[in-house]
Amino acid sequence: MSEMTIHLKIWRQARGDAKGRFVDYTVEKVLPEMSFLETLDLLNEKLTRQGQQPVEFDSDCREGICGTCGLVIKGTAHGPNPKTTTCEVRMRHFRDGETITVEPFRAGPFPILKDLVIDRTAFDRIQQQGGFVTANVGSAPDGNAVPIPKIDADKAMDAASCIGCGACVAACPNASASLFVGAKISQLSYLPQGGPERGRRALLMIGQMDREGFGDCSNHGECEAVCPKEISIENIARMRREFFKGALGGHDRKAATGD
Amino acid sequence: MSKILDAKIPSGPLADKWDRHEMECPLVAPANRRKFTVIVVGTGLAGGGAAATLGELGYNVLNFCVQDTSRRAHSVAAQGGINASKNYQNDGDSVERLFYDTVKGGDYRSREANVYRLSQLSMGIIDQCVAMGVPFAREYGGTLANRSFGGVQVSRTFYARGQTGQQLLLGVYSALSRQIGAGTVKMYPRHEMLDLVVVDGKARGIICRDLITGEMKRYAADAVVLATGGYSPVFYLSTNAVNCSATSIWRAYKRGALFANPCYTQIHPTAIPQLGDYQSKLTLMSESLRNDGRMWVPKAPGDKRRPADIPEAERDYFLERRYPAFGNLVPRDIAARASKVECDAGKGVGNTGFAVYLDFADAIKRLGRDVVADRYGNLFTMYEEIIADDPYHTPMMIYPAPHYTMGGLWVDYNLESTIPGLFVAGEANFSDHGANRLGASALMQGCADGYFVVPRVVAGYLARGGHGKVTTDHEAFGAVEDEVRRRYDALLAVKGSRTVRDFHWDLGRVMWDKVGMSRDRAGLEQAIAKIRELREAYWHDVKVPGDAADFNKQLEMAGRVADFLELGELMAMDALAREESCGGHFRAEHHTPEGEARRDDENFMHVAAWEHKGDGQAPERHVEPLVYENIEVKTRSYK
Repeated sequence: MSEMTIHLKIWRQARGDAKGRFVDYTVEKVLPEMSFLETLDLLNEKLTRQGQQPVEFDSDCREGICGTCGLVIKGTAHGPNPKTTTCEVRMRHFRDGETITVEPFRAGPFPILKDLVIDRTAFDRIQQQGGFVTANVGSAPDGNAVPIPKIDADKAMDAASCIGCGACVAACPNASASLFVGAKISQLSYLPQGGPERGRRALLMIGQMDREGFGDCSNHGECEAVCPKEISIENIARMRREFFKGALGGHDRKAATGD
Repeated sequence: MSKILDAKIPSGPLADKWDRHEMECPLVAPANRRKFTVIVVGTGLAGGGAAATLGELGYNVLNFCVQDTSRRAHSVAAQGGINASKNYQNDGDSVERLFYDTVKGGDYRSREANVYRLSQLSMGIIDQCVAMGVPFAREYGGTLANRSFGGVQVSRTFYARGQTGQQLLLGVYSALSRQIGAGTVKMYPRHEMLDLVVVDGKARGIICRDLITGEMKRYAADAVVLATGGYSPVFYLSTNAVNCSATSIWRAYKRGALFANPCYTQIHPTAIPQLGDYQSKLTLMSESLRNDGRMWVPKAPGDKRRPADIPEAERDYFLERRYPAFGNLVPRDIAARASKVECDAGKGVGNTGFAVYLDFADAIKRLGRDVVADRYGNLFTMYEEIIADDPYHTPMMIYPAPHYTMGGLWVDYNLESTIPGLFVAGEANFSDHGANRLGASALMQGCADGYFVVPRVVAGYLARGGHGKVTTDHEAFGAVEDEVRRRYDALLAVKGSRTVRDFHWDLGRVMWDKVGMSRDRAGLEQAIAKIRELREAYWHDVKVPGDAADFNKQLEMAGRVADFLELGELMAMDALAREESCGGHFRAEHHTPEGEARRDDENFMHVAAWEHKGDGQAPERHVEPLVYENIEVKTRSYK
């Protein structure tokens, strides 16, 4: 258990409309088994004691499932290790004396609120357009009434694993939300439930994605590489098919756009 | 004067109570619903489910959460599954059996009528979630798959890999999203409820802090639903998310809602052991692992050999030895205490000696690595990332950790607290799990309360009428907002020398050592004295940086820790008053010769509900007697 000294270059920004800059900090007595966020906690304890402003960052479950945390660590969303969220990154992956840059997820539709904290409510507004099955409480048939092949249920589950962290957007050179939106559209397209609203869903969610200012997908694949839940880029292809099917279906188009 | 509380349980046979009650609840006509505003605090399974369903019915709903979006409530972290008495596996399950298992699992300290309703509603939850597109695990034939959880002898747990809570919560989130889009629910993310506004004895609104700007805001309604989860972070280290707090329910308690059974806390047997003082939380390893994992310690105290070097004959599979009928799948309180007994006898493993093994070697031999990976792969990956050891080859090391709180605000059968118009759902109330919750029952209760119970009982309350309209201009709102403001300004004004975390850590140590898995009179008395000291010191020496009118996470935490410093004392007082052992509440003075919990049904077969009498005054303990008419009260045995 050798203690390390870690140098941090952290993005500080007082408010959304303020000018930001990198500030250098040093944290001593960092243990390899500590998590990256616990290292930031340690820094904040030190700053508080010294009468300085602690670094604001978001986190909640600290076990990789809630999707709250999200930092660009050494230039990569959620840090250098694949398949992990920021809160799961352990300090054993860094060297004693190393300098680590820490930034917020950057994208136009994710405005910075303070320091490393961003506003991802654009994702919610996309979901509100159609990321659901219209099934009122009390109207459901027996859970086993409609058998679903295991392979479809598994694929739906793969897509449903998305935690809505936004790393895909941060990593994309176009700030596209296609992996996020594709995962939800894809999940519901594998299941018979909500079938009648598939086309409408795709048109409405993708329309909102555009209105929020997310860019187009140009198949760079950076999203898939940083996704902590290994959401496959195949979901984007599937999203496109759902979109075209919806666009070709007059009823869907009418339901979505009123044209 | 101590009161006897009336739970307002409907009369008639147990199996008919809820149906009849639904029939007897007055209704609000569809066109009138939008005239009623309901505040729902929390967006987990209970809160989000209630908000979405009330919105679906046409009420005007205001829904609040501290997270940046409603999809992150702590229900998201539940791993293993959700129970339902579907009997899809043809292993003899039924509403009665789930009811019986839950009452027994809670060590005969829960309310029969509530548990029966929960058991009845469990089936509809699965149907509803499937209809909403929740991708539960399925068999090759396309039907839903099940597994087993602790304390039962059937397979009734539905699951979505090791992420059942996430998938159920995303179901709730999708229903909420639909209602937000439809305009029936207005969502307020990054808003923390800091107080309850009571007008003419009824809950009429809340005061929130906008966590982005720091602005204090007032919201008025015709009814208020709290679904803000449990209070395990009173222990500092727990499996809960770092923003989980007791603040909403504690503020309601201080406004007159009774707090029931605060000492009933669940210490989960299988968490990754504590590694150091720097830690911010403990990570749970799902109970589902005990379907295939075997818990053991070396037979000889102090045996520091590597697990692979300890031959079979020198291992003690202590759960299988002590509880042959249920083996590794005994309930959580039993498994946690058994692990503690082994560690206290010097047989604990790892650097600290506070860990036992959870071994999958037999399961891998029997099922193959692929099947084990399919069932538990994500948990194994989590474990490996934290411990840097591969559980496919070396047994996991685990130790109990605070996980869930069965106690909470007292509610009657309608989930209504002692403040009319204040409803409490999910982990925030006390109602369904007695002194110990069975695995995969928290998701069940959250969904039952949210989707089915709250919408019905709130409608009944609103339909009975006579409440009048109150707006945020009412003087009560101004008075409460001023109080909240003064409290937060006071925290900032202390400008002491120790951080919020320093105090939270100290409180956590006291709670874990004295109000944790084993409690005794002397320890509890020491805990009460120590917590009072800490609380006194807090308001004289805490250092909170920054301003109130800003994004300020330290200030948020300061408010929550101030409340934990009060709640901790009530937990210790409740544990002291309950002179028996039951479920998760183990008093060292009360045990059988074999070391099992010994209840005192004659004197303690009741709910204890505490009334706040003012700061610095002793709270008053009231009781709700528990009556068992349909179940034979026995000594709980899993042998």
